[in-house]
This record gives sequence, structure tokens and C-alpha cells, in this order.
Amino acid sequence: MRHLRAASAITLAIAITVAATGCGGGTGDTGSNESPKTLTYWASNQGPSIEADKEILTPELKKFEKETGIKVKLEVVPWADLLNRILAATASGQGPDVLNIGNTWSASLQATGALLPWDEKNFEAIGGRDRFVDSAVASAGKEGEPPAAVPLYSLAYALYYNKKMFAEAGVDGPPATWDDLVATGKKISKGGKWGLGAEGGNLSNNIHQTFVLGQQHGADFFDKDGKATFTSDGAVAAVKQYIDFMAKDKIIAPGNAEYAQNQSLTDFAKGKTAMVLWQAAASTFAAQGMKPEDWGAAPVPVPSGTGKQVNSMVAGINIAVFKNTKNIDGAKKFVKFMTSDEEQKHLNKTYGSIPPVKEAQADAAFGAPDLKVLRDTLSTSAAPLPQVPNESQFETAVGTAVKELWADAAAGRPVTEASVKARLEKAQQSMQQ
Amino acid sequence: MTATVTNPEVDKSATGGTSRGTGGARRRLPRIPDRIRQGGLPYLLLLPAVLLELLIHIVPMVIGIVMSFRQLTQFFINNWGAAPWIGLDNYRIAVDFDAPIGEALLHSFFVTCVFTFFSVGLAWLLGTAAAILLQESFRGRGILRAIFLVPYALPVYAAVITWAFMFQRDNGLINHVLHDQLGITDEPSFWLIGDNSIYTLIIVSVWKGWPFAFLMLMAGLQNIPRELYEAASIDGAGIWQQIRKITLPSLRPVNQVLVLVLFLWTFNDFNTPYVLFGKSAPESADLISIHIYQSSFVTWNFGTGSAMSVLLLLFLLLVTAVYLILTSRGRKGADV
Amino acid sequence: MSSLTRTPGASRSRRRSPMAAPQSFLWTRRIVLTLLAGFVLLPVYVMVSSSLKPLQDVSGKFQWIPSTLTVQPYFDIWETVPLAKYFVNSLIVAGSATVLSVTIAVFSAYAVSRYKFRGKRVFTVTVLSTQMFPGILFLLPLFLIFVNIGSSTGVALYGSRGGLILTYLTFSLPFSIWMLIGYFDSIPKDLDEAALVDGCGPVGALFRVVVPAAVPGIVAVSVYSFMTAWGEVLFASVMTNDATRTLSVGLQGYATQNDVYWNQVMAASLVVSVPIVAGFLLLQRYLVAGLTAGAVK
Repeated sequence: MRHLRAASAITLAIAITVAATGCGGGTGDTGSNESPKTLTYWASNQGPSIEADKEILTPELKKFEKETGIKVKLEVVPWADLLNRILAATASGQGPDVLNIGNTWSASLQATGALLPWDEKNFEAIGGRDRFVDSAVASAGKEGEPPAAVPLYSLAYALYYNKKMFAEAGVDGPPATWDDLVATGKKISKGGKWGLGAEGGNLSNNIHQTFVLGQQHGADFFDKDGKATFTSDGAVAAVKQYIDFMAKDKIIAPGNAEYAQNQSLTDFAKGKTAMVLWQAAASTFAAQGMKPEDWGAAPVPVPSGTGKQVNSMVAGINIAVFKNTKNIDGAKKFVKFMTSDEEQKHLNKTYGSIPPVKEAQADAAFGAPDLKVLRDTLSTSAAPLPQVPNESQFETAVGTAVKELWADAAAGRPVTEASVKARLEKAQQSMQQ
Repeated sequence: MTATVTNPEVDKSATGGTSRGTGGARRRLPRIPDRIRQGGLPYLLLLPAVLLELLIHIVPMVIGIVMSFRQLTQFFINNWGAAPWIGLDNYRIAVDFDAPIGEALLHSFFVTCVFTFFSVGLAWLLGTAAAILLQESFRGRGILRAIFLVPYALPVYAAVITWAFMFQRDNGLINHVLHDQLGITDEPSFWLIGDNSIYTLIIVSVWKGWPFAFLMLMAGLQNIPRELYEAASIDGAGIWQQIRKITLPSLRPVNQVLVLVLFLWTFNDFNTPYVLFGKSAPESADLISIHIYQSSFVTWNFGTGSAMSVLLLLFLLLVTAVYLILTSRGRKGADV
Repeated sequence: MSSLTRTPGASRSRRRSPMAAPQSFLWTRRIVLTLLAGFVLLPVYVMVSSSLKPLQDVSGKFQWIPSTLTVQPYFDIWETVPLAKYFVNSLIVAGSATVLSVTIAVFSAYAVSRYKFRGKRVFTVTVLSTQMFPGILFLLPLFLIFVNIGSSTGVALYGSRGGLILTYLTFSLPFSIWMLIGYFDSIPKDLDEAALVDGCGPVGALFRVVVPAAVPGIVAVSVYSFMTAWGEVLFASVMTNDATRTLSVGLQGYATQNDVYWNQVMAASLVVSVPIVAGFLLLQRYLVAGLTAGAVK
């Protein structure tokens, strides 16, 4: 009797389970125009706060409504929640019509098949693929497949430097090569001041920096088939070079090994470190009380001699459409609106980013000294992070390896080629598929 | 009749309705025409709980178990039904202790055991000490009670981020005191990376967790009748003896549940390590919950993450069963 | 001695020291309680002092005494994040979940504690086993279930407060049930049997006798249910939207990608915690009052 009851309870549970999952998943339908008058839009948090973002975007959405009669329901999703929200939306089919995604997630999300592919026809609806900067489009999905998203805001890394500290140390201008940077850093690193800042506990940042160094050493981290190649000589050299700024060159303060809350920017703003590699940090410096005339921006250094001239990843935000939207035409119209020259100029100016739209990029506003550095980098020497489906796994695995190496360096343990290789080997083996 | 209150064992045996014939009132109970009601009533009373548990806990758990047998990667997340069945492959990956994934899982399992042991032990110890010391009224008791519940009232995110702030190497309070003011360490230590991380994690977890133990034990103390202490004190028992002979044994039923749930929650705790260390914890503080998060949400491979969870579930079931058998000795007979 | 000076709440307790406590006990008490209070309050002090500093100072070297004091963060917190809205959401969600959860738990615990029936053990053990599965893996299945219920019945659980209330009330149920079984067991059965004899139905006996006698336990379990709902982050982050976002998630809004407004996080946390701590202060009267009720016997 007891067993019977238990058995029937289990049967009931399974029945509900089947009912729940049976119709689960966002079926592969390709969108419709059932509700042509409304759209839901998840925006990422680009401004100083969520509230600020709402204030910035709402008038634009009103403008769109006036033009097309489509009402856009906006939700600004904090970065901490965005990917999990998208994941849940993907798994259940219950999501927004249009959304912002971090461009490094593009290939992962593309693999789920939940996003509308931007083939020639869809691109045509928003004015053609040629309107966009190539490197930005390349960061919207796997090579050779229609992108899963359209670039919206672009960013690149720059070397920010403290003009006063440079002057005090007798350095003329920002270093152009890594050798210069180390030499400059050594001049500055004394008496509680340090040459360079790093964000050792921030996995993404670790990846961004080592990826660029890897490119300069000719390492891609993935081969053509999407298999991990973390232990290639170039990758090991790149990671070691980055850690050596602390371990060997001693131009990064040991404390940076644990930074994960943008403390390296705070240190920079306070004049504790003279240089930091970052993307669009101007507003943060201002919030920390640093005056705009006190800092300068320059391109990220390259190796002396003949390295590959890549000095930044393509950072930025893409805009995507869920395939199962009930307002496919409206969604495309909205993407067209958001990527129109006028909106691009306005929004990117407001957010301090660079438009991935060529026409808009030419605007004088993006020719200001610090933005010009970002713009030129983007159009000439930036490369997208590996566009592989398991990109986030790559970030976590290699990012963690670098984080552990920082911890070694900070604790004074030797960082050798062998120890770097061992960490990367472990990271590579933990990559599934 | 007051004496029975304190002795849970005695009460317990009376609860099942099995004990008839001890008192006049009791004997009449079965005669009430609710023999029929008796049959259905308990189920009726349980119904809302059963339905909710099914919907929110049991069914998702069953789905989780089903997921563990499928290759539920990002390629299939959009359409779960199409994810291929792969039998025990996910489990094989998880328990292959020679390969990095299994090896790391085993490592984080041991870390979690150590962490749980110290965190639960200390939280329980502090909670018991505070509850007993605050049992008698004295000036300031009310305010202390409120203060002790503060960690429980603060939002987890805010509390843990504050600790992280305090444990910073260069600017944090902890190193300011240990290094700058007391000069205990030669060099400022790292607390958020490296080998010290496990201490940080335990301290924060105890700080968050002990007020709960305190709260439950405080409520438990209210049920101990005064007369027992009075009788004991007439017999010449001092306060320490009273605590040992009366207070602690009387708390046993509360403790049985309290320690068990503290253990389960601490073992599965996700929020504390996640806010403290982010997506990847230092090796010394690599808790299993973070590990499972990495193996599911970060890799988007929910099959492997589910398999790990099922293994964890089996382990915790085993521990709980042993625990309940050990602690319930002499308390049997009440439950069917 | 110590028992002469009582807090107002404690005065109801009829509690009196049976014999003068020895010095060793008093000193132990003083030392242990002082250390505990210090441990508990240390981060609170950091929060208070940081919330009164300008952002540049917060992120600098720690100082016991802030060099510049400002109350500006306490004004800014309302601008950066819709704090009041999040607070109300949290209050509604946690409050409803608590009331429902405790009520349901009282019924279940009463059934288990007072009746003999088939499946009792299965029920208690199954309920407990739900605490053994890592919470993060409930997330996606539960989300799927909610979405499917939504699309087949039209009841919008996803994104609504209702769904969150349902989730949280169930989260706190297992422990509440287990804890209340313990409390109910320690209340002599003769009490409610007497009530049954007096003509109360079983439900009458539950509410007139058992519940009043178990007030401390019920208050403790209510506090637990409330805090479970109040502090939960992961499910709230995925299951709420702009309109229904709760505090625990909303507080993360002070940390944007490039900036962490430390002073505002701390100020906001303190502001939202004051009502909760005040609530605890009020409730502890009932924790003690329960004793009087339980002592009626």
C-alpha cells in the first residue's frame, strides 16, 4: 500500500514533468506578425545607471512610435542578470522581441538557433551589411554564417595614461611598444606608485588582454575547427608576458591580482597607477573625481619589430531579434531605427561609445582625442574574440587560469613557462565538446 | 503534567495517537465520530503543501534528473525535446577523477565538506552560546537580540559585498587592522585570492548564518518550563550544571532539525561564494555549488551540471539518512 | 541583580533567576556577548561609515574615522535605482509568501504531529529531500513550468509577483514544516485533546490551543520565511522584470559595468534594512510572549 502510494506520487510527478517539458522550448517557428503594434525590447545597461538608461532611451522610443505606430516596451536589464535572462528566454521561448547582447556572446547564442539570422535579405531590410564596419559585423557570429545580431555600440581598448605622473617621471608621451611601456612603467613604479594597473580577478578582462597579446604572438586560442589550442607557444608566451608585468617587470602592484570591481580604474583616478588598459573609461574617471585634462588616451602598445598589428579586441554591444517574435517586421524596423545614422550618432555620443555604422562614425563628435583613438583602433587594428559556440567556457577556463597565475605572481611564487603551460593545459582539458 | 513538556521523547511517543489509556481525556478521543474524518483530515491538511512541493520542488527536481541523462547543450536549449539521450555519459564525465573535470569536482567536494563542517559548527556554537547567554533578562538584552539579528536582516548581496570590501588587500579594514595597526603580518595578506580564501569564506558564511541558529534556538528555549530550573536549583545545581543538564538536552529536538538544515543549506550555498568570488572561486574555496553553476550556466551544458547535482543529491540523502538514524534513536515509534 | 533591570518586552515573561548566577557566568556572558556584538557590528560599521563618504574616499584606503562626511549618497540612492519601488515589491512578495507559507506549514505540521496516517514518513522525508538539490538547477525547469502554465492557462506566473510568491513560499515550506512539527510535538497533546473534548473541531483545537502555545516557533518560522523571500537573488534575477524586480536583485543596480557606487550600495542597504530590524525588535516581544501563552497549561 505504501509502495503503491509512493509509486502513484512518482507517476503523477512524471506526468506533470512530461506535460511541462513536452511543449517546452521555443519551437523553431520563424516569427509572425500577429501583434504588429507592440514590441518588447531588453536594453543592456550602458549609461551610469539603469534609471539613466531609461531616460536616455525613452524619448528615442517615442520617436520610433511616432514614425511607425509601434509601441516599444522597454526594460533595461542589468548586466548581472542579462545572460541568465536570455538563457531562460531561449529555453522557454518566452522572451522579448528585440534585445541587446554582449558581442562576445554572439556565437554562443547563434548556436542555440533562437536568434534571427541576419542574412542578406534581413540585412537589406535595415539598409545593407555594407553600412557597418567589418570588424564589428565579424563580432556578431561565426565566420561564414549569417550573423546572429547587428552591431549597435562599439568599443575598443586604449591605453589611458596620467599626464602628470608621466611628466613627473620625465616621460614625454605614451609608449607605443610593450618594451616602451615596461621601461616607462619601471621609471614610475616606486614610492607606492605603480606603472600599470590590471584587473586580475575579472575573468573577461583577463581574456581581453591576453587575447590581444596572443594575437600579437600569432596565437588564436582556437583552430579552424573550433578546437581549443590554449597551449600553443604563442598563447603561453602571451599569458606569460601579461603576468610578467607583475612577476618580472614589477610595474603592476601585487594587490591588483584580486581586483574585480574596477579598482584599477579607481587607483588610476587617484594617481596611484600611471597607466591602465581599458575601454571608454572617461565617465568613470570623472565619477572618481579626475579631471579630463589630467589623463590622455593612446592606442594599446604593439610589439617592437614585426608582430601582428592587432591591439584591441572588438568590444561592444549587438542588437538581436528573437526568431519567434510575434512582430517580425516591426522588430526589423526597430533594428533599422536603432542603427540609423541619426540614432547611432545620438546614442553613441551619449554612451561614449563608437558607432559601428560607417556613416555615423564620420561625425565630428567621434574625432575628439580619446574617442579618435578608439575609432581608429576599431577600424584598423581590432580583432573579434574567437567566435565559437563555447566562447563563455573559454572566458571562464582561460580567465580563471590567468587569475590563478596572478595569484601566484602576487604571492611571489615563480611564474615560469612551465607553470603557465600547466594552467593552460588544465583549462584546455576542461573544455567540453 | 508540566514535566512531560521538557522531555521530547515522551511527548513524541504520545503524538502519533498510539498512546491510549493514559488519561481520561485521551481515552475518549477515538470515540469522536471523526474516525472517518481522521482518515481524510490529515491528507486534507497536507494537500496545499503537497501540491506546492510537487509544482515548485519535486517536478523541477525530476526534470533535473531527466536532464542529467541528456546531452542538453546550447545546441538544444531552444528545443529540449530534441536533446539526445546519452545514458550515463554525463555521470561518467563527472566521476572520471583522472580527467580535469572529475578531478576538480572531487577537489571541490572536499573543499565543500571542510567548509560546511566549520561553517555549520561555528554558526551552531555561536547561536547556542548567544541564545543561552541571553536567556536570562538583563539590561540591554533586547538591544543585543536585535543586534544579533542584523546580519540576517541585511540583504545577502549587500552584506557579502561589504565583507569583500573589508577583505581587500590594499584598502580593506582587515589588513588595516592586522598589518597596519597590529603589525601581525609582515606583508598585507590576500584574502580574496589564494589559500586564505577558505578562511574568508567561512568567516562570511558564519557571520551570515549564525543569527539563524540563534533565532531558532532562542525560540526553542522558550519552551523549557521554569519549574525545571527551579527544581534543579533547589537540588543545588549551579548555573553551568543547569545549562548542561537541562538547557542543552531540552534543545535536542530543535537542534536535530537545525543542524541538519544548516548542513544542507551550507553545503548548497551559492550566494555567498558567488558574490564574494564571482564566477570562478580560488582553488582553496572552490565550493561545489559554484562548480555546478560553472558546469551548467557558464558552459550552457545543463546535462553535466544536472548529473553533478544528482550525485550531490545522492550524497546528501545518504548523509541525512545516517544523521536521522543516529539522532532519532529512541525517538522512533511516532512516525509510520 | 540582573533580573531587576528588565527590558519592557521581557517584563511579561515572569522570568526570574532561580538563583544568583556566579561571577564566572556573568563574566563569560559579558565577554562572549561583547565579542559577538563586535563581530556582528563590524561590517555594519563599515557600511555606515562608507555610506557617509564621497565616492573617492570610499574606494581609498580604509579609515576608521571618515575624513569627509556627506549625506549625499542617501539622496542619490533614490535616483540611481528605483529603490522605493523595489522595496515595495520585496515587501509584497516576502509578506505574502510568509503569510501563506506559515499557514500552510501550520496545517501540515499539525497533521504530522497529531495524526497517524499512511505516508507520513514519505511526506516528511520527501519534503526534506528538496533541500538537497542545488537551487541553481531548479531554476530553468521551474521557469519552463511557469511559462507553460502561462501559455496553457493564461495565468501569468513568469515575471509576475504571483509566481515569485509561489516560489518563495514553497522554498520556505520544508524547513517551516519540519521546525513546526518539532514545536507542536513539544506541546502536550492533552491540551488539544481537552479542547476536542470541549467540542472544538480539530481545526478549532489547532487554532485555539496549539497555535497560541507555539507562538515563539511560529514567529521564528515566519521570520525565516520572510527572510528567505527577502534575500533570494538568483530566482528573482530571472523571474522578475522591471516592474516586479525585488530589492535583493535591485541593489546590484548600484554596480554598473564600469562603476561601483560603493557608498550608495551601503546607504541603500542600510535604509532598506532599518524597517526589517525594527520589525525584529517588535517581534521579539512575541517571541517572549509566546512563553506566557505556552505556560498557561
